[in-house]
Amino acid sequence: MIEPGTPAPDFSLRNQDGEEVSLESLRGGTVVLVFYPLDFSPVCTDQLNVYQEVLGELHARGVEMYGVSVDSAYSHKAFQEKLGVSIPLLADFHPKGAVARAFGVYDEERGVSARALVMIGPDGAVVWSYRSPSPLEIPGANLIFDALDERAAA
Amino acid sequence: MRGDRDAPLVVEYGDYECPYCAKTDGLLAGVRVRRVFRHFPVVSKHPRARVLACAAEAAGLQGSYWEFHDSLYADQGRIDDPHLWERVRELGLDLDRFEADRRSEAVAERVERDFRSGLRAGVVTTPTLFVDGQAHAGVPSEELLQSFLR
Repeated sequence: MIEPGTPAPDFSLRNQDGEEVSLESLRGGTVVLVFYPLDFSPVCTDQLNVYQEVLGELHARGVEMYGVSVDSAYSHKAFQEKLGVSIPLLADFHPKGAVARAFGVYDEERGVSARALVMIGPDGAVVWSYRSPSPLEIPGANLIFDALDERAAA
Repeated sequence: MRGDRDAPLVVEYGDYECPYCAKTDGLLAGVRVRRVFRHFPVVSKHPRARVLACAAEAAGLQGSYWEFHDSLYADQGRIDDPHLWERVRELGLDLDRFEADRRSEAVAERVERDFRSGLRAGVVTTPTLFVDGQAHAGVPSEELLQSFLR
């Protein structure tokens, strides 16, 4: 998985509304990418719901959060509505999983992304990354805040 | 806090609109534990969760926290305001005071403090039980319940 200090590979993916979102366009702010295996699998549901509860606090700290999975933009739209979350979801759909692969979090055996968090600084370099030891283990929101606090203290 | 003083301590993070939490509540009632309940309302999933958490805290200010807690888990289908008033009347509480308290800053802060402590502890799903510093996500396993019977 991609290590802190490495420049994040650029990407351009469609969000749930079919709009292109590129890493280039997010420069200048802190970005957290939430890689997860699939839309509509019960564990992801809780993960994004819990992150949604702290989204306001993340925004207040100048952080934008994006979910990333191999699902299509249409699936993302339906998933977002079902969960009732506003976290934008990016479709790593074609070529399938290319962005997850570039970040070193693609699970070749399962054909989906692993559950991972990557924080990218305003200069486009990775400042923190975390890969869940198993798809069933959901990284708590505390990890994101700890990483932010550590950076603020540094 | 409820239960035997010498029984094992279970700290539960839960949500009053969560059906798995209701199930867990029933299971924990059948074993000998000392219980602390902390609010972990996930509003994007359960729109009434925070309102219900505040209502339980407001009932608590009149000395009926666990009675209200039990009443919510006994019937999760009736959680609109008139249903809450009915519960308040059944428990013989002061309705005007309940209405003021559940919207008060102090109660909101109490619930928020619980939620923050859950986030800090890495809670990502309800229910999550902490026993001896160990987190158990989801409805407690038979094994965990058995450990309380020993």
